[in-house]
Amino acid sequence: MDMQVAKKKLGLKERYAVMTRGLDWTPSYQKMEDIYPCIAYEGIKIHDWDKWEDPFRLTMDAYWKYQAEKERKLYAIIDAFNQNNGHLNVTDARYINTVKLFISGISPLEYVAHRGFAHAGRAFPGPGPRVACLMQSLDEIRHAQTQVHSISNYNKYYNGMHDFHHMHDRVWFLSVPKSFFDDAITAGPFEFMVSIGFSFEYVLTNLLFVPFVSGAAYNGDMGTMTFGFSAQSDEARHMTLGLEVIKFILEQDPANVPIVQRWIDKWTWRGYRVLTLVAMMMDYMLPKRTMSWKEAWEVYFEENGGALFKDLARYGITMPKCAEQIALEKDHLSHQAWSTFYNYAAAANFHTWMPDEDEMAWLSSKYPESFDKQYRPRYEFWREQAAKGNRFYNKTLPMLCQTCQIPLVFTEPGDPTKICYREVDYKAEKYHFCSDHCKEIFEHEPEKYVQAWLPVHQIYQGNCFPEGTDPTAEGFDPLAAVLKYYNFENGRDNLDFDISEDKKNFDEWRGQATKNI
Amino acid sequence: MAVAAISKYEFAPADSQDKFHGAQLLYIGWEDHLLFCSPFCFPFPPTMRFGDVVAGPMQAAFGYHPDFAQIDWAKVEWLKSGKPVALDFDKSLAENGLKHKDVIRFRTPGLNGINGTCN
Repeated sequence: MDMQVAKKKLGLKERYAVMTRGLDWTPSYQKMEDIYPCIAYEGIKIHDWDKWEDPFRLTMDAYWKYQAEKERKLYAIIDAFNQNNGHLNVTDARYINTVKLFISGISPLEYVAHRGFAHAGRAFPGPGPRVACLMQSLDEIRHAQTQVHSISNYNKYYNGMHDFHHMHDRVWFLSVPKSFFDDAITAGPFEFMVSIGFSFEYVLTNLLFVPFVSGAAYNGDMGTMTFGFSAQSDEARHMTLGLEVIKFILEQDPANVPIVQRWIDKWTWRGYRVLTLVAMMMDYMLPKRTMSWKEAWEVYFEENGGALFKDLARYGITMPKCAEQIALEKDHLSHQAWSTFYNYAAAANFHTWMPDEDEMAWLSSKYPESFDKQYRPRYEFWREQAAKGNRFYNKTLPMLCQTCQIPLVFTEPGDPTKICYREVDYKAEKYHFCSDHCKEIFEHEPEKYVQAWLPVHQIYQGNCFPEGTDPTAEGFDPLAAVLKYYNFENGRDNLDFDISEDKKNFDEWRGQATKNI
Repeated sequence: MAVAAISKYEFAPADSQDKFHGAQLLYIGWEDHLLFCSPFCFPFPPTMRFGDVVAGPMQAAFGYHPDFAQIDWAKVEWLKSGKPVALDFDKSLAENGLKHKDVIRFRTPGLNGINGTCN
């Protein structure tokens, strides 16, 4: 008689099914809509959650094993970097401002992404996406932690990073990435997945993460480069999830297509506006450049993204319409952004400077249509003035866009000599925008954006001074009070690179390593 | 269209005039002078004389530019929300019809930035 012997070990596929789908159950005494209250209101129709194809067959136990292994390698390298004064191996101290921008602008977003994916995972009735979201949620908190740990070594030696999270929640320009992510996590779970999972992780990640990590590699920053590599396999998984989400939603019901298209349009634009910071980092803040912003946009969005949207055409999805305006801005974006931070160098937690002659020549060659005509004359004037001891520090607060919260620094599409102004009247209030796209996003959901915490308006309302400040006192200096509220040390964390303590210290420490002084 | 939400979703605007301690916001941009990266945002009492805005806060904000001292204010062209408007220096902001969060721009014919480059 044949005996059926139970297999000792499950095959990979069965094991995966048991550890994901097998963990789900059908509730018997609670209604599905009570357990999953967020799943219907966005208008997305899902008929069969089992149609979800898991893009990667990873179970929780295997996940822990892989991540732990990566963690061990990463911390071994970080230790070596710290012990060997790795910070002195970067190209020059200007590079460290890139790290400051990253830790205060981007790393806090990793943490918010952790919360967002945890929420989305909880909201989905399907076990497949739920498990995928759980893993991404854990990845994101790991990224936040490893970034903080890698960069903490720089914080021992250089200024501006000591209270990055406090700054992220308060500082005028950091409200740009912050409000972007706040917009995403306060949307429904499907919009969150399209905004962050697809538009950000899939379409734009090569323009965010890669420039920072390759910038680090080009500029001798082993610490940042290593956490980048450690995150790379996670990022590949995130991209796959983002694409699967889109395909799953689109295949479930044709009524989903216009909703998803609107989200893709919105989030490509929102994401692109945040990338303004990356554009200036690539063209101005890396002493050794990897490629220009314009080249990166052409390769990663126009070519790769173009192929992606061709692929999605079979679902009825088209290239986001903002791509046309972005193409017009690519000759200008980084220069307008750098000019902005040069203007407001007194109110940022990193230093700015004027490019030297070689760098100006590089910029001319990469931007033959725009640099010499529009931006070189501006920089030469600023440089002359700085040489005369009259460095320009703009002390008047700028007008902000209600949606992206960036000052109105962008010019009219097609006319780089005119600032682009847009406005809307809504319920007896006036609202201003940097572009048609930010205006349209507002008009679609005005109730969401009328609440925006615009740093400039908050300062004028008196909400950005340290507790106990009396703005009516004689000789009250609002700028000094705001910097205190940001926890900036005036004269140390801000102002021009040339007069910075960072520059002085770096030169001295590197000198000790390379010269007999 | 309202926000897609699970329940009633209504919020007071964060920047209504009552929150500015008696001031109203006025945005001011100088056309063809991109040395200033963006237009400025100012809080002024509605009773403030427009001429005082020009002589005080605007001088402080825009005065760094060599063109500013050369401006012939009689020839300046003013725009409100992009449309030409006449502004009387001797009248207050309110009397000039300037309300909370209005945006004005000024064009200075003949003065178009550093060497005419709009900078």
